[in-house]
Amino acid sequence: MPAWIPFWPQTAATSGVVVNTLFVAELAVCFLILVLVFGMMLSFCVRYRRGSPASRTHPVQKTWKWEIGWTVGTLVAFLALFVWGAAIYIWLYKSPPGDIEIYVVGKQWMWKMQHPGGQREIDALHVPVGKIVRLVLASQDVIHSFYIPAFRIKHDVVPGTYETAWFKATETGQYPIECSEFCGTQHADMKGEVIVMEAAAYTRWLAQPGSGPSLAQQGEALFRQYGCSGCHGAGSTVHAPSLAGLSGSLVQLQDGSTVRADERYIRDAILLPENQIVAGFPPVMPSFSGQIGEDDLLKIIAYIQSL
Amino acid sequence: MATVAADLETPSFLTSENTLSSWLLTRDHKRIALLFFASITVFFFVGGFAATLIRLHLAMPIGFLQPSIYNRMFTMHGVVMVWFFLIPSIPATLGNFLLPLMIGAHDLAFPRLNLASWYVFNLSGLVLLYALIMGGVDTGWTFYTPFSTLYSNGYVLAAAMAVFINGFSTIMTALNFVVTTHRLRAPGMTWYRLPLFVWAIYSTSIVMLLATPVLAMTVLILAVDHVLGVGLFDPGRGGDPLLYQHLFWFYSHPAVYIMILPAMGVVSELVTCYARKTVFGYTGMTLALMAIAVISFFVWGHHMFTAGISIYSAVVFSLMTFFVAVPSAIKVFNWTVTLHKGSISFDAPMIYALGFVLLFTVGGLTGLIVATLALDVHLQDTYFIIAHFHYIMVGGTVSAFFGGLHYWWPKITGRFYPEMWARFAAILTFTGFNLTFFPQFILGYLGMPRRYYAYPPEWQPWNVLSSAGASILAVAYVLPLGYLGWSLIWGRRAGPNPWHATGLEWQVSSPPPQYNFARTPTVTIGPYAYNTEDGSYTAQDGTVHA
Repeated sequence: MPAWIPFWPQTAATSGVVVNTLFVAELAVCFLILVLVFGMMLSFCVRYRRGSPASRTHPVQKTWKWEIGWTVGTLVAFLALFVWGAAIYIWLYKSPPGDIEIYVVGKQWMWKMQHPGGQREIDALHVPVGKIVRLVLASQDVIHSFYIPAFRIKHDVVPGTYETAWFKATETGQYPIECSEFCGTQHADMKGEVIVMEAAAYTRWLAQPGSGPSLAQQGEALFRQYGCSGCHGAGSTVHAPSLAGLSGSLVQLQDGSTVRADERYIRDAILLPENQIVAGFPPVMPSFSGQIGEDDLLKIIAYIQSL
Repeated sequence: MATVAADLETPSFLTSENTLSSWLLTRDHKRIALLFFASITVFFFVGGFAATLIRLHLAMPIGFLQPSIYNRMFTMHGVVMVWFFLIPSIPATLGNFLLPLMIGAHDLAFPRLNLASWYVFNLSGLVLLYALIMGGVDTGWTFYTPFSTLYSNGYVLAAAMAVFINGFSTIMTALNFVVTTHRLRAPGMTWYRLPLFVWAIYSTSIVMLLATPVLAMTVLILAVDHVLGVGLFDPGRGGDPLLYQHLFWFYSHPAVYIMILPAMGVVSELVTCYARKTVFGYTGMTLALMAIAVISFFVWGHHMFTAGISIYSAVVFSLMTFFVAVPSAIKVFNWTVTLHKGSISFDAPMIYALGFVLLFTVGGLTGLIVATLALDVHLQDTYFIIAHFHYIMVGGTVSAFFGGLHYWWPKITGRFYPEMWARFAAILTFTGFNLTFFPQFILGYLGMPRRYYAYPPEWQPWNVLSSAGASILAVAYVLPLGYLGWSLIWGRRAGPNPWHATGLEWQVSSPPPQYNFARTPTVTIGPYAYNTEDGSYTAQDGTVHA
C-alpha cells in the first residue's frame, strides 16, 4: 500500500483537463449553496431555539418575491453550467477524424485491440502522445463500457452496433482502462492499460517483429473468403455498387434519404443489407448476420475503407 | 375534558378486536399500515444484510466473497431496497395510517383493495425470496439486456416476476390514495387546506399510477424475451438493447421521485411543528410537489448519457434535469426559511428532519453535477453515482421515514419512545451516513466503477472509511428496533396530542379509535396555524389551544 492516499485522479489527456476545470467550477458553486443553506439553518437553529430571547415579531411575509428571487437566482447559475457541460459533451462525443484509428472489441472479460497495421493486443493499448486516437468500439456479447479515468472518457460498448470515442493523450505513461458497465461474473477483472508513448518509441513498438499483414490486408483475404468479391469485385457481372471510395461518402438510398458511409453504416450494410438499399440497385445481397464474428467484421470494414 | 373521557371509553384500533383473523382480514387502514410496516421491516433487514456483506467485503482490495456471490449480494440489495422497502416505505405505512386521519375520513375509499394490496405485496415478496434462496440473481437491480436475457445464469425470471407482481400492490395502494384524497375529504377540507404530507402522498400516487404500468410492460417483455427467445432486446435477432434501458428508466426515474416525494411531505410536517411556525410558502410547496411529479417523467435519458443515445437528445435530457432541480431547491429554501423566527425544539423527529434537509441538499447538488453532460461521462457508473443516490434515498428517504416514525409513534401506539435514545440514534444516523457515503464521492472521481468486487490497493483507505461508517449506520438502524419495541410495553403514555400539533390526526385519541372520528370533523382553517409568540395553536377543526 502506498504511503499516500489518492485524492485526485491522474490527468493525461486534453479531455481530462477540460473536465477537471468544469468539475472544480461546479463544485465551487455547489459548495457555496451548501454553505448558504447550512449557514442559514445553523444560525436560525441557534438564534430561534425554544426559550431564546430573540424577537419573533414581523416574520418574513413577502413570499412571492422571495420564491421568485431564489428560483431565478439558482436557475441562472445552473443554466450556465448546463451550457458549459453540454458544449464539452458535444466536443467529446462527436469524434473528429483520427490521426490513428483503432478497433476495440469488448468481450467477457477482456478488451481486444486491433491496430490498422495488423498489430493485436489484449487488455493493452499502445498509443503515441499528442495524436488524436479514434476508437471504434464493438461488443461481441453484452454491453460493456470503455472507460479511461485518467482521460475522463467513457463510452458504452453496445452489441449490434459501433460506437466511437477519441482522445489526445498529453502525458506519457500507463493509465488503467476499466469496464464500467456490469457485464457478468468477472466484470471487475475486465481491465487493461493504455500505454502512452513518445512518437519514436511508438514507431519502434509498431515495427516489432511478429506483426503480420495489416488489418486491411487481412480483410481483403476475408473479403474473398466470404464471397463479397464475387459481386463487389472489379470483374463481377452482378449489378452491385462499387465499394471504391465508399468510406466517408454520402450514399443515396432507395427511399430517397442519404446516409454517411461510416463504420456503423458499412456494418449494417453487411449484416442487414435489406434495411438500407442503395438507390438504383436490386436488393439481392444476402444477410451476413450471425455468420461473421466481430473480429473478422472489423477487418473487412478496414479493407472496404482502404479502397 | 369530556371528549377525552369519551375517547377513553372507545377501544382503540389496536385493542378493539384481538383475534388473529381480526388482523389478517382487517379492513382498517391503520391495521393494514402496521401489517405493511411488519413486511417492509423484514425486507429492510434482508436488504441491510446484503449491504453489510458488501461493505465488509469491500474493506479489503480483494474481499472474502466469491465474485458470483458478491454480484448476487448487490443485486439483492438493490432489488429488495428499491421495490420492497423504499417505494412502499412511507406511503404504505405512514401514508396508509395517516391519510384518512389527516383529511377527516373514516377509512380509505376501498378498504378491501387496501388489504389486497398487502397480500399481493407479500406474494411478490415470497416470489423474490424464492429467487434468492434458489440461487439469486447476478444482473444488478436494473436487469440490463442482453446480459439478463441471454448471459445471466441467475433466477432472472423469478426476480422479474416478483417485481411485476409487486407493481400491482403499488398501483392498488396509489389508486386508493388518489380516490380517497379526491372523494373523502371532510367538509371544509379544501385542497389548499390539506397538510403538505397529503399533497406529497397524492402527487406520489399520481406518479405511481402513471409509471408502474410501464415497468410491468417492460418486465413482461423481458420475461417473454427470456423464455420464448423473441429477441426484442437481443441485437443478434435485430432487437435493440437500448430500448430496454429507455423503457426501464421511463419507470425507474419517476420511481426515484416516488421515493423522495413522501419524504418531503413528512419533513414539511416535522419542520413546521417543531419550529412552531406555519410553513413558509405553502402554495409554493404544493406547486413544487406537483411540478416535480410532472417533470420526473421527462428526465429518464440522463441515465443513458454514455449509452449511445443521440447527442442532441442527451442535451435535452440534461436541460430537463436542471429544471427538475428548481422545485427541489424551492423546497429546501422554504424549509430553511420556515425556521426563521420560529421557536425551535430539537426533539428526535426534528433532528431527523434537519438531517434530511442537509443530506437531501448534498444529494441534490451532486445530482446537478452528474446531470452536467461532460461530468457524467466521467462519473457515470462510478461510486460518485452510488454516493449521490444514496444521499437522496438513504440520507433523504430513510431519514424522513425514521423521523416520521418517531413523530407519529405516540399517535400509532399511544406511547412515547425514549427521547434520549431516539436523539442518540438520530445523530448516529447522520454521522454514520456521512462517513459511509462521503468517501464514495472521492472514490467516484478517482474512477472506481460500481459493481466491482475488487479494486486497486491505493483506494483502500476510502473504502475502509466507508465500511467503518456503515457499521455505525447499522447500529443506528438497529437501535430503534430495540427501544421502539421496548416503548410498546414500558413507554410513557402519550395523550392525544403530545406535540401540540394542528393536524386532524392529533385531535383523536392515541391510538386512534377503530373508525377514527366519532363525528366527521368540520375543517375551518389551513393546516399550520401555529402562533410562535405565545406558543398557542389552532387545530384544523377550529379549536384553539393555549
